[in-house]
Amino acid sequence: MAKPILYSYWRSSCAWRVRIALALKNIDYEYRPIDLFSEESKNNAEFVKHNPAKKVPTLVINGLSLTESLAIIEYLDEAYPDPPFLPKELDKRSYSRAIALHIVASIQPLQAINIHKMLNEKEPGYGDFWCNHFVNKGFLALEELLKKHSGKYCVGDQLTIADINLPSIIYNAKIYKVDMSKYPTITRINEILAEDFRFKLAHPDNQPDAPNKN
Amino acid sequence: MSNQKPVLYSYWRSSCSWRVRIALALKNVDYEYKTVDLLSEEAKSKLKEINPAAKVPTFVVDGQVITESLAIIEYLEETHPDVPLLPKDPIKRAHARAISLLVASGIQPLHNLKVLQLLNKKEAGFGGQFAKQFVVEGLTALEILLKQHSGKYAVGDDVTIADLSIPPLIYSANRFNLDLSPYPTVNRINETLADIPAFIAAHPDNQPDTGLNA
Repeated sequence: MAKPILYSYWRSSCAWRVRIALALKNIDYEYRPIDLFSEESKNNAEFVKHNPAKKVPTLVINGLSLTESLAIIEYLDEAYPDPPFLPKELDKRSYSRAIALHIVASIQPLQAINIHKMLNEKEPGYGDFWCNHFVNKGFLALEELLKKHSGKYCVGDQLTIADINLPSIIYNAKIYKVDMSKYPTITRINEILAEDFRFKLAHPDNQPDAPNKN
Repeated sequence: MSNQKPVLYSYWRSSCSWRVRIALALKNVDYEYKTVDLLSEEAKSKLKEINPAAKVPTFVVDGQVITESLAIIEYLEETHPDVPLLPKDPIKRAHARAISLLVASGIQPLHNLKVLQLLNKKEAGFGGQFAKQFVVEGLTALEILLKQHSGKYAVGDDVTIADLSIPPLIYSANRFNLDLSPYPTVNRINETLADIPAFIAAHPDNQPDTGLNA
C-alpha cells in the first residue's frame, strides 16, 4: 500500500489538526506542501484532482480523497481505533465533539488567514481587532466548557478529539495578542499537550514548508 | 432512561437549530421546544446558565447538556440508530461529514447575526457584502462536492447528515437574494428534500416561534 498523502500548509490550523491525529495514530504519511498564498501551488494538477475545491487539508488514504479536518479525524478514528479519539461514555463523547466543534465552527472560521487578510486590507488593523475579538469571545465560552468537563485533558483524563483541536487555536490567539491569563484552564491543558512529542511533531515550525526551513 | 422529554432550545430561523430539528423529526424523537429569542439579551443571559456559549441549538437530555448542532446530531445517531443519518460505508460516512462540516464551519459562521452586525457597524452594508461573498464561495465548493458524491441525495441515495445542511443554507442564500442558477445540483437536492415530511416539520415557518422578530 502506498503511503497516505497529506496536502498541507505549515500554518493552516485545519491541517495542523490532521497532522496531530496522524501522529497520535502513528500513521506514516507523505507531506505535500500547498502554499495557500500561491495560485500556482493551489492549482497543482495532482492536488486539484483530489480536491477540486483546492482546500487543505486533503488526505489521500486507502484510495480515498478526504476533506474537512474533523471528517478526516473521525474517519481515522473509525479506521484506526487505537488510541481512541472519543471516550466510550456517551456524555463524554458529546462533550468532546461539542468542544471540537466549538473551536472548528465557532472560532476558527472567523479568524482564518483569508478573513484576517481581507479585513486588514479593508482597514489596516481591523483584521487584527476582529480576530482578537472573536477568539476572546470563543475562549470565554471554551474556558467555561473546559472548567466543567476537563480532567488532565479537555474531557476527563484521556486525550480526545477536543485536544486535537486546541493547540492550533491557541497559536493563533497569541498571534492576535489575546491575553491568555484570562483563560487558565485552556492554558494549562495546552501546556500539557505541548509536551507530548506527537503534538510537537505536528507543530507548524516542524513542517517541511515552515519558513525557517527554506 | 428518564421519563422526561428532551428539551431543544431553538430559534425558528437559526440554521443550526433547523439542522437538529430535521434530525429529531427524521428519527421521530419527541421533544419539548423552548424558544430562545436571539435578539433578546435577557433570553441569551438565561441560556448562558445552561450553555456558556449562549447559542442555539442547545439540547438537554437525561440531565446532559449537549451543544453544537453536529455534536447533537452525532449523539442522536448513536442513541437512535434507526433512520441512520450516517451510512455504514466508511467512504460515504467521511463524505457526509465533510459536506456537513463544509457548511457548519466553512459557510454558516461567516454569515451569522453577530458577524453581520459587527461588520455593518464598521461600514453600513459591508456585512451583507461579506456574507454574500462567503455564501457564494461556499456554494461553489459545495456544488463541486455534491457533483462528486450525490445520488438522489447529497451522498448516494439515502438521506444523510449532509442533507440536513442544505435547506438552511439555501434559505439563507435566498435571504441574501443570491442567484442560485450556478448550483444546479444543490438546487435539485434541496427541491427533493423539500417534499420529505420531516424536513417540512422542521422548516422555520412551522415552529412554535415562527415569525418572532420577523
